[in-house]
Amino acid sequence: MGAQAEIKILICQGTGGISAGARKVESEFRKVLDEKGIQAVVGKRCDVINTGCRGLCANDVLVDIVDPELGRVTYDFVQPEEVAQIIDEHIVKRSPIEKRKAKPYYNTFVDSQMRIVMSGCGQIDPESLQAYLEEDGFKAIEKCVKEMKPADVIDEVKKSGLRGRGGGGFPTGMKWSFCAASQGKQKYLICNADEGDPGAFMDRSVLEGDPYCIIEGMMIAAYAIGCTKGYVYVRAEYPLAIDRLQKALDVCYQKNYLGHNIQGWGFDFDLIIKKGAGAFVCGEETALMASIEGERGMPRPRPPFPAVKGLWAKPTNINNVETFANVRHIINKGADWYGSLGTDTTKGTKIFAVTGKVKHTGLVEVPAGMTVRSVIYDVCGGIANNRKFKAVQAGGPSGGCIPSEVLDTPVDYDSLIKAGAMMGSGGLVVMDETTCMVDVARFFLTFTRDESCGKCVPCRIGLKVMLDILERITEGRGQAGDIETLLEMGSTIKKASLCGLGQTAPNPILSTIRYFRHEYEAHINDKRCPSNCCKELLLWQVVEDKCVKCGACFKACPSDAIVWEKGQIAYLDKEKCTKCKSCYDACRFMAIE
Amino acid sequence: MSNAPAEALPTEEVDLSYANKVIDKYLTLPGNLMPVLQGIQDEYGFVPKPAIDLVAERLNVYPSQIYGVLTFYAQFHLKPRGRFIIRVCVGTACHVQGAERIVETFFEKLGIGHAETSPDLRYTFEKVACLGACGMAPLAMVNDDTFGKMTVQKVGEIITEYNQRPLK
Repeated sequence: MGAQAEIKILICQGTGGISAGARKVESEFRKVLDEKGIQAVVGKRCDVINTGCRGLCANDVLVDIVDPELGRVTYDFVQPEEVAQIIDEHIVKRSPIEKRKAKPYYNTFVDSQMRIVMSGCGQIDPESLQAYLEEDGFKAIEKCVKEMKPADVIDEVKKSGLRGRGGGGFPTGMKWSFCAASQGKQKYLICNADEGDPGAFMDRSVLEGDPYCIIEGMMIAAYAIGCTKGYVYVRAEYPLAIDRLQKALDVCYQKNYLGHNIQGWGFDFDLIIKKGAGAFVCGEETALMASIEGERGMPRPRPPFPAVKGLWAKPTNINNVETFANVRHIINKGADWYGSLGTDTTKGTKIFAVTGKVKHTGLVEVPAGMTVRSVIYDVCGGIANNRKFKAVQAGGPSGGCIPSEVLDTPVDYDSLIKAGAMMGSGGLVVMDETTCMVDVARFFLTFTRDESCGKCVPCRIGLKVMLDILERITEGRGQAGDIETLLEMGSTIKKASLCGLGQTAPNPILSTIRYFRHEYEAHINDKRCPSNCCKELLLWQVVEDKCVKCGACFKACPSDAIVWEKGQIAYLDKEKCTKCKSCYDACRFMAIE
Repeated sequence: MSNAPAEALPTEEVDLSYANKVIDKYLTLPGNLMPVLQGIQDEYGFVPKPAIDLVAERLNVYPSQIYGVLTFYAQFHLKPRGRFIIRVCVGTACHVQGAERIVETFFEKLGIGHAETSPDLRYTFEKVACLGACGMAPLAMVNDDTFGKMTVQKVGEIITEYNQRPLK
């Protein structure tokens, strides 16, 4: 085989890559290589089977060409019709196409992160136990069992300062110690992988990219607490994650990394998967346990806390995927090392799913304490389409909006709460001047209203009434006093609801009123949506002064409502307009309002 | 919410041997109701009424409790579903990128709303909370095919394409 046979072509085929057309790109590569009789290995890059996502899905389809002589070259935004040219220049003539290479920001995006939890994702084959063992896999649990008492393990985790990554931020070591202190022979350990937040997908990525590290994290917790049975509660919407995890579990059982007397260490642990069935409230621990028991996933009042009386009325400890993924690194490298990362109150790193109107959307893992500004502008490249930053929504439906004035808030639990948001699951949705904050509040409330389990009145009725008011406002029927009613109801619902869903559901409204009260007022008093977003309040028209006669709006309009000819100012026919906003989005010159 | 007409499939005549197999598999597992219902739905595409009666009898639970579970979780379906399941993501990232008008265009062109199935059982339409590919927002899926960076025009193209596919 000649040198050419060793060329590897890796095509990004995660969910993002596939939706950008990666399958077509792959078949085009295969076809052209075949036609030209060139030998090369065509594989999947971003599909977590082989390597895994580096997180920059917005630039898909990403193609890496690895050549022993030319090294690794990454091309982004690859289209099927460009494949022939890439093959011709890069592989045949051996000169990479400089113009088509991923721009330097691609490296900035990758290099400015600190990967601990996701260190395995994209580096190892998630289906191979061997690959995990080579990365010091199961070394941490071995160290625990052989060299440490359960209490030492808990102390080490306490000392590291690790806090729950599910959003609440409760100190993990302390949580473990409660369950460890509980009486009872049978105790349970649960990994919460329900991840129902719209806009967050880091748990899925870790499960898909490095399932063994979750298993090991759970083994360490089980040893520390003294329990022998564990469940992983995963969203059924994540079939690939379930598949990978199940395979890893099977292998662990075969090789005696799970089950009875693991590796002869005198330690037993059984782990099984329970699939969720699509209910956001099941992320709440008492609801999640009800769901495992086969009931409707309804929360119950606490106390008794799960650590005392949890699953099947036995002492139970629940942690999030990302929390478990941190554990082995703490044991391997020590609490002091972990404690040196992050801020005084938030140690380690946090993964964020940065999405919305930002240039480079994706999953980023950064040290706690980096500012929100830095995450958005330095790591993710700032706002797309030359528009202005307005706010970033942190923490999903439980969180709140951070405006530009407080962009220098560090990403740690306490600072975010002070700014009116929260860490939550780690979703960061960036919004620009075209996003209406009243509409965003309405969006989240629609979600929480739909997902409310209906057990307690403040959440079931309160959210519905608040949503009605918000809908009225966005439809131009707002009344004086609405804002005050929303504020009052919001604080009551927060205090009176049974579980975390209701206690945090008003946050998006309260934070948008706190920072964007003028937008609410414009909707209510002037019947106007300042961001040109709320459909009922808009009548589109072309601003003739700003129109550059490019015709972008004409091409985008699906209902022939725009009249345009080359060199002419566009005209919008209000009779035909369906207010779909396609023209507004297409126009780069803000000439439509 | 109106669903597809029930007479579209003779739901009363269901071969229950598969349901029996699923129940056998999980019979001794604690908390087995959900895995049993999930297994049944995997086979039939929805949870048929005779299967509910069978589960009630064999697991010794009230049918009302089973309906309680079935109607609580978004994932269970009590009626037959279309050949092509169109799912449009309305998660936060998709919402700020204009998912709502993608949804409305589908409504308009298909003549069915959220969680509805077309009378010919070709399409079922669903809004979903997050498909986890936020970088490609707004996003739509037809069965397992993903369509990123959706536009109103693309909706028409997708429907034209799937209209031509055979129903079986």
